[in-house]
Parts: sequence; C-alpha cells; structure tokens
Amino acid sequence: MYLKNALRAATALTFVATAAAHAQSITIATVNNGDMIRMQGYTDKFTEATGIDVEWVTLEENVLRQRVTTDITTKGGQFDIMTIGMYETPIWGANDWLVPLDGMSAEYDVGDLLPAMAGGLSHEGTLYAAPFYGESSMIMYRTDLMEKAGLEMPEAPTWQFIREAAAAMTDRDNDINGICLRGKAGWGEGGAFITVTGNSFGARWFDENWKPQFDQPEWKEALTFFVDMMGESGPAGYATNGFNENLSLFQQGKCGMWIDATVAASFVTNPNDSTVADKVGFALAPNSEGVDKRANWLWAWALAIPAGTQQEDAAKQFIEWATSKDYIELVAENEGWANVPPGARTSLYENDNYKDIPFAQMTLKSILAADPQNCCAQPTPYTGIQFVAIPEFAGIATQVSQEFSAVYAGQQTVDEALAKAQAFTAEEMEAAGY
Amino acid sequence: MARAVTTRRKSFNTALAWAVGLLIFFPILWTILTSFKTEAQAIASPPLFLNFNWTLENYAIVQERSDYMRFLWNSVIIAGGSTLLGVIVAVPAAWAMAFVPSKRTKDILLWMLSTKMLPAVGVLYPIYLLFIRLGLLDTRGGLVVVLMLINLPIIVWMLYTYFREIPGEILEAARMDGATLKEEILHILTPMAVPGIASTVLLNFILAWNEAFWTLNLTAVDAAPLTAFIASYSSPEGLFFAKLSAASTMAIAPILILGWFSQKQLVRGLTFGAVK
Repeated sequence: MYLKNALRAATALTFVATAAAHAQSITIATVNNGDMIRMQGYTDKFTEATGIDVEWVTLEENVLRQRVTTDITTKGGQFDIMTIGMYETPIWGANDWLVPLDGMSAEYDVGDLLPAMAGGLSHEGTLYAAPFYGESSMIMYRTDLMEKAGLEMPEAPTWQFIREAAAAMTDRDNDINGICLRGKAGWGEGGAFITVTGNSFGARWFDENWKPQFDQPEWKEALTFFVDMMGESGPAGYATNGFNENLSLFQQGKCGMWIDATVAASFVTNPNDSTVADKVGFALAPNSEGVDKRANWLWAWALAIPAGTQQEDAAKQFIEWATSKDYIELVAENEGWANVPPGARTSLYENDNYKDIPFAQMTLKSILAADPQNCCAQPTPYTGIQFVAIPEFAGIATQVSQEFSAVYAGQQTVDEALAKAQAFTAEEMEAAGY
Repeated sequence: MARAVTTRRKSFNTALAWAVGLLIFFPILWTILTSFKTEAQAIASPPLFLNFNWTLENYAIVQERSDYMRFLWNSVIIAGGSTLLGVIVAVPAAWAMAFVPSKRTKDILLWMLSTKMLPAVGVLYPIYLLFIRLGLLDTRGGLVVVLMLINLPIIVWMLYTYFREIPGEILEAARMDGATLKEEILHILTPMAVPGIASTVLLNFILAWNEAFWTLNLTAVDAAPLTAFIASYSSPEGLFFAKLSAASTMAIAPILILGWFSQKQLVRGLTFGAVK
C-alpha cells in the first residue's frame, strides 16, 4: 500500500516537474529586421531541443531602445533577454545592469567571435552581450554607371575620388544622383554618418580633456565637403533621407553610389526587390587624402541578459543557441548562405560557401578596418566610432545632428551649425560633470 | 435666381466637403492600397495607385508572424474598459460641475484640461516604478486605469458641455417628485444626455484605441494591444512598408467599421447644442 502511494506520489511529482519544465518561458525584446524575424521563425527548434518557450516582443529600433532602457534602469524585469547594440552594452555592463556572459560552453567557441565585435560588446575584458549580427559601412556603387563615367572604383577610394565620381555619374535629366547619403536628424541616422565622415577628415568629438572639437578646422572641412558634394550630386531633400529612403532610391536605380551599412548589400543585390541587383559593386568607405581613418562604422545587434532576471540559465541557453555556429548552419541549410546573419563570427568568413557571396569579403574588410578603441586620427578619451560610449551622447548627438540637418536643408550655414554644436555640447558636458 | 445661387452654393459646399473628406481619408486609403502591393511596388516611383498586381501575401505573412487576435482582444479590453470606467467616474463629476457649480468650477475644469499639456514622457519613470511596485506591468487592468486617467479630462469636459444644455428645472422637478440623487442621474439625466454620452464614449474609445505611448511602454507580451502589433512591423533598417501597411490596416479596421456604423450618433453628439 505504502509502495503504491509512494509510486503515485513520484508519478505526480514527475508530471509536475515535467509540466514546470515545459512551462519555463523566456521573453525577448528585439528589433524588427530581416535577421531577427528569421530567428523568430526558428525558435520552435530551440523549444523542441530545450523545452523552453520563447515569447517575442518586437519593436521598432527607437521604441525598443526607450523600452529596454526604461525597464533595465528601473529593474522592471519585463525581459529575460534584450537586443541591444554596441552603444548600450559597455555602459550598461559598467553599471552592472547586465549578466556577464562568461562560462559559455567550449562548443560555443567565444574565441571565434570577431575580435572587433567582442571588443565592442565588452567592458574591461568581460563580454556582456553576444553578437547576433554585426555590420560596418561600405560603398555600394553602380558598376554600369561607373563604367559609363569612364572611371574605375579603387578598393579603398578617397573622398576626393568619390566626389569626382559622383559628379561624373550624376544625370539630373534621368533622375540619377551621383551619391546618396544620410542627412536625416538623429544620432543613429545622419548623426552616425556625419560622425564617421568627420573621423575620416581627422576630426573627433572630444579631445583628451572631453572638450568638444566642433570649433576645430577638421570639422569645418568635413561638413563643408559633405554639404558641397551633396549639393552637386546628391538627391533633392537629402536632409530628410535616412537608411530606408536611400535604400529605396538605390533599389530604383536613382543613385550612382551609396555609402551605408554593410547589411544593405543583401537588399540591393536581391533581384526580387532591387532593379539594379546585378550591377552593384562594393568598396571600402572613403577617407580624406592624408588621413588614415576611413568613414566606416562598427555596429552589432547583440543579445544580453538583464541583471535580476529569474531565467538566467534559460536565457544563456538561448543566447548560446542563437549566436552559435550551428544556428548559422541551420539558416544556411534552409535559406542559403546569403541569408545567414553576417559579421559576428570569424569562421563564417573562412567558410568556402560564404566566400562566394559577392559582398562577404568587403563586409569583413570593412569590419576589420573599424577600431572602436581608436576611432580617430587624433587621440580621444572615448570608445566608439560613430558614437561616443557615454550616456549623455544620445541626447547631445541628436541635437547636434539636428543642427547639421538644418545646414543640409539650407536653413543655416556650416559655421552657424558648428558654433551651435560647440556651445550646446560644451554646456551639456559641463552639466554632466566632465 | 436666388434659388439658382442656393443650388450652386450647395453644390460647391458638397464638392468642398468631399474634397476635404478625401484629403483627410487619403493617408488611410494609401495605407490600405499599399497593403496589397509587393514591397518593390510599395516604394515604386512614380507611385502606383491602382495599376499594380494586387496580392494578399502581406496579410498572410502578418497572420503567420503575429497572433492578431490576442492583440485585438487586448485592444478591445483596454479601450473599452478605460472608456467605461472613465464615463462612470466622469458622469457624477460633470453633473456636479454643470448643475451645482461653485466659484471654482471653471478653474477646476481648466486645471483638469491643463494636465493634458504635460508631455507623457515626463511621468514615464514615476508611472513605471509605480507599476512595478503594484505588479501592474504588462497587465490590461493597469492600462485601463492609466488610459482612463489620461482621457478623463476630455470625458468630463465633453459631458459637462452636454449636461449644461439640459434645463436644470427638469432635474429640480424630479427632485421635487422625490427622486434620489442616484435616480436623478441614472433615470433623468443620463437618458436625456444619451447622444452626448454616446459621442463621448465613441471619441474616447477611439483615443484609447490609438494611444501609442503608454500601451507600448507598459506592456510586453500579455497585455500588448494593436499599437504594439503595428510597432513590431516598423523598421528603420529595411523596407517593409507593404507589411507595415497590412498590419496597420488590420489594426485600424475594427475602429473604422465601428466609426462607420456609428457616424450618425457621433455627429449628432458632437453637434449637440452647437446651435443656440
């Protein structure tokens, strides 16, 4: 009798335990982009393997940023995994808001993560977020228009060449703009682009004492060059163009060149969406003659675990799965190598199947050419290339980029915008205690 | 002659009304049309109006990717609940202000309305912390309360305006006949103000349905309404306009249908007492 009861109890406990195991669920906040949506489609495979259910909260990038920042700073505990970028990771890691991603399995092979990515997602040598995909920026250009202009794109061109080529490719009668670049206000939009342009002209945001540098000649040269070139060869109304607007123009054959995120390469070479899919070449982002820094950034969307989550182990399991070599193989098997998440692992670029993808090697070269610890020709006190990894940066850079966009729209001069940027940044930095 | 001028003016007014109506409706129409295009057609230049290959692919993708019914149900509960709760709180308040005014009634009304001038983000952190303490994050109940509070000034103002049109003598007569306060509000005032209450309910239901700051910031999985559903299709890095349009069309369809069927009550309520 006792034995029967004991067996019943054990069976019941097993059922409860099994049910509890199946009931384990993690919530992930993420952005809406092709790679992340694709990952959501494969989540069932993770659940099958581990019994852990996954709930997704997908949001637009800026909304996500506000949402996860509010949650992590108030310890709201709404998410077990957050999709964050290179800007947030080192700051949040330094504040102990994230769980360190140490103790990953040997199979995961942390050493295989691209050093630039692992470095940008670490604080004091500790990895706080695992890169799901990484990107830099590069030149995408129309090979047919370049040929028609009688020019040949070097692998590593200068801004001076780009300006000359843009003028030669511009055909206003046929609505072709020699070059399309971001002018839209916002630190992650036009702000990011003008920052790397500044870097490639020898400019920097701050000197070693955190003094803003917009009053220095390098910034004036960079901004004047950008405005003049876009006036000669850019699309009308470029002051409001961001990534999507330029992507749309390029796909419709209205841009000779476009310098933007490497992730765009898969869009512009996709014949389903792009009218110029078979006429696209790639080159490294340019630099000004005599400056050894190029206008290419470094970014990664990465998965991090907020400190205080009740599901730390399950969250780590998911991150290991989603950013593993096996996941890349899984996507390649089902959707082809062109659709695997790029820019995160060294082994991907050593894979013979991936080497055949037209933009793969240029993406890798662009990523390798970007050094977040050493963004600029002159010494700086900060890390980051298209951003400065301090909490105050997003607010300051948004305001500064609004001033620059006003120049692009013809509402003020370069000198006026730089003077305002200098005064505003100095005031904010002083108020922040720098 | 006078008749001819009147007819011409009438025709002009009709044409003008149609033109303004179409202008206002055009963004919605364009969203609906875009939802039936491919992503390439959605960004075509010059834009394609009707001459494109119509497809339901975007709707199929959205259906496959998202649990639309869950978002819809949350929207119905949150918008409906906050409106109902708002009316329950606002009717007695508006009654007091309309029929038993004090020297400070106007000031109170203006003060209530002035709370709408505060940018929502200014109180995001206090509300968020309060929600954490009360365990209300990602709950429909929490959002019902927040949206009710946000829309309460408008509800009170609208009801106050309608109640002021009702002669106080009728209520006095009811009181003399022995009606209690509850009976006076429920059986005398409310039936007379039905058009006004109906339009207030409809307008606030629409406002709550479309609210996209608190509903995005205070929800995650369980209580996320259709605003979160739309936000999940917006992307600054990638052209997904056709899918976003399909999601938007699905999100606004219920409220459009509701507005269409109740437009008579809505117009009647909004113009109630407009001409004296």
